Amino acid sequence: MNTFNAKIPAGALHEKWDNYKADAKLVNPNNKRKFKIIVVGTGLAGASAAATLAELGYQVDAFTFHDSPRRAHSIAAQGGINAAKNYQGDGDSISRLFQDTIKGGDFRSREANVHRLAQVSVDIIDQMVAQGVPFAREYGGLLDNRSFGGAQVSRTFYARGQTGQQLLIGAYQQMARQVGLGGVRLFNRTELIDTVTIDGRCAGIVVRDLLTGEIQSHAAHAVVLATGGYGNVFFLSTNAMNCNVTAAWRAHRRGALFANPCYTQIHPTCIPQADETQSKLTLMSESLRNDGRVWVPKRADDNRPADQIPEGERDYYLERLYPSYGNLAPRDISSRAAKRLVDKGQGIGPLKNGVNLDFSAAIERLGRDVVEERYGNLFQMYERIAGEDPYKTPMRIYPATHYTMGGLWVDYELMTNIPGLYATGEANFSDHGANRLGASALMQGLADGYFVLPYTISNQLASLLGKTIPGTDHPAFKQAETEASARYNGYLNVKGKRSPDWFHRELGKIIWNECGMERTREGLQSALSDLPALYEEFKTDLRVTGTGDSTNQTLEKAGRVDDFFQLGMAMCQDALTREESCGAHFRSEYQTEEGEALRNDDKFCHVAAWEWTNDPMKPTRHAEELVFETAHLATRSYK
Amino acid sequence: MSHLKNLKLKVWRQKGPADSGHFENYTIDEISDEASFLEMLDVLNEQLISDNKEAVVFDHDCREGICGTCSLMINGVAHGPQKATTTCQLHMRTFKSGDTIVVEPWRATAFPIIKDLMVDRGAFDRIIESGGFITAVTGGAPDANLIPIPKPVADAAMDSAACIGCGACVAACPNGAANLFTAAKISHLNYLPQGQAERHKRTEAMVETMDEHFGSCTNHGECSAACPKEISVDVIALMNKDYRASKFKNRKELSR
Repeated sequence: MNTFNAKIPAGALHEKWDNYKADAKLVNPNNKRKFKIIVVGTGLAGASAAATLAELGYQVDAFTFHDSPRRAHSIAAQGGINAAKNYQGDGDSISRLFQDTIKGGDFRSREANVHRLAQVSVDIIDQMVAQGVPFAREYGGLLDNRSFGGAQVSRTFYARGQTGQQLLIGAYQQMARQVGLGGVRLFNRTELIDTVTIDGRCAGIVVRDLLTGEIQSHAAHAVVLATGGYGNVFFLSTNAMNCNVTAAWRAHRRGALFANPCYTQIHPTCIPQADETQSKLTLMSESLRNDGRVWVPKRADDNRPADQIPEGERDYYLERLYPSYGNLAPRDISSRAAKRLVDKGQGIGPLKNGVNLDFSAAIERLGRDVVEERYGNLFQMYERIAGEDPYKTPMRIYPATHYTMGGLWVDYELMTNIPGLYATGEANFSDHGANRLGASALMQGLADGYFVLPYTISNQLASLLGKTIPGTDHPAFKQAETEASARYNGYLNVKGKRSPDWFHRELGKIIWNECGMERTREGLQSALSDLPALYEEFKTDLRVTGTGDSTNQTLEKAGRVDDFFQLGMAMCQDALTREESCGAHFRSEYQTEEGEALRNDDKFCHVAAWEWTNDPMKPTRHAEELVFETAHLATRSYK
Repeated sequence: MSHLKNLKLKVWRQKGPADSGHFENYTIDEISDEASFLEMLDVLNEQLISDNKEAVVFDHDCREGICGTCSLMINGVAHGPQKATTTCQLHMRTFKSGDTIVVEPWRATAFPIIKDLMVDRGAFDRIIESGGFITAVTGGAPDANLIPIPKPVADAAMDSAACIGCGACVAACPNGAANLFTAAKISHLNYLPQGQAERHKRTEAMVETMDEHFGSCTNHGECSAACPKEISVDVIALMNKDYRASKFKNRKELSR
């Protein structure tokens, strides 16, 4: 099996990408229009790829389940985007961004991919500014930067607390231009429900029209899945309600390897759950930790309001434990620290399920105006949700699932092990290792879509010139359509008693408790016995009302929950077999005396890539060894 | 945390674009005041599924006020009673026990109803496709700091760019006009130095595409009052000025 040829180019680390580009096959401009490329998902990774590929001259079909491409969840990213511009002259460089990202990912990502990401990061800022993204500026008119967790330089570009929105609108507008010019055909309110492989190559996709329920096939020379992450497996997460794993999971079921599913990031600064009806958790940007100080009362069950607890009785635990990074310690480390204190009873708020993020020192030092200028919209959002004024009382925050580093296995070209099938952005696994640094997701999505995929896709397509590809009348497409339609009719016909949301909530509780911030062998084993039982119940007791031939959000949800069940089992197995702690994957059995993650580089310095076997409880584990030629395998320390 | 009791809902139900539609009455016995308005609708839908009835269809996604997917006329007001707040960020603490709440879809000819509370806002995308962009093909951009932009200019562009494309402005307008949406986009790009090359072409194309789909502006200002991002009605004046200029300038440029 040549599955694990990651196709990393030869040469020194900083020359690999140039070497690759020098050798890659090109497609002549006149021939590009002969190729059809399907892009699924229109977030940063999808919209940037669709726009760029259409500009190059390819025929692009873009699919989104939203009403408009501009809704994709990239839009909710608040804090910023990293780039090694060194505009602040504070010692940043491509090699420093590379080092920070590798270290932040706890040495579980692929060196060559990460270095390329750092290299192209500078081009992203240029491109987005040219498109009119209104990044924050200094009075002299030059771009402003701020600092983010896991870095000691200021390399994060931002547009108030709405950086993701502004970048997505930039990419969306660039794609909309191509829709207007006829380069991109847009299919909105259309969901991918299967991928089709013919003679070992990805031949196209099967989709469901969310307004009519009609199932249809689309054939193409290449398919790009830019379909985001799977954090909603936890039910409560910072993801949007419609984020799901279905596209990636259906590709996995058709042979694509799924890598490191247990690497799920818990973001330290979210608004804690308030009640049982809660449908999602809201993130408060990590950028707040630039000026906010995190603390809990030193004494457990201290019920005094924050302003009545004297300085001496407060524990600024991040500053105490990690003096050199302080409140800007990386996400996984900050999250675990909060969990431990809340578990010890030092939590605050009505449900004792939060920690304080206090701005009073910043307001005193900078004045309310400056704080408002920097974080005004975040403060407003907090006040709406929590009903408290963060200018007066500290924000209550607690960790919540935010991002998934795992995803479809891809090689250096961002291609899965199925030729012709690509995965970009959060949907792939490649750049963040076991933990992603803040402001790096936007960077990766745009790097993949703008500056990597357009180069690597031609290398594959060139060999297809002049060959005919299978059409949608091929029996494999018909077969997939029949299976998909049986699947959705199946959900309607169970006629049990429980809604898809009920099952989703129960599934989420198991995953959060046993495969969340802290994992143990016993816990994972119990999850692996509870999950199949609950899944059986899902198959026999599901209730989907309405019909399959008009908009039916309950039916859509049933399909997504089904795939979350299977993914959940894969996550727990991945977490169980990775007998070490690294980044966001924390196994209680493997920790240092100080309670930090204890890696086992001898046995687990590899990517775990899982192969589907028709039984979600028995996938096959493969390993891609990670070779570090430049970065030094060291114990992460943020002290 | 406390609870609201005995909420009466009048919800618009419509099977499809061709159906004439009607109000259905529902009761929510108890709901936490910490719940968001959409979480209250989730509870209603769970109740309907448990009664073997079809759930109410409504658009929603991020539930943090930024994606612009959610909509709803709540007691006749776009996004409900709280100023500068999307429906997903509206919380039940705004209401009290025993209240009757009327829930309808966006009301505008240009946004045809798909089902229940879900409408088609595709006309917004058509406006952007006609010119709501800066042509900058991937790859050829100069260094980002080569074009200094005065902070007040960047801030003004950002104020306009904050638009989430939800459509509340259209739903609130007695004429069903999309001037605030279109003007927000035009001013975002027209304020910036990068946007100058296409300024007049953009303005003319977008205004005329807008006119194909939407009603005309008669300066009510309801749009800005309903806008969850508080986009100022001033942007419409800038759009009108640029549109007038563009009619001359575009002709002049073409004749060269």
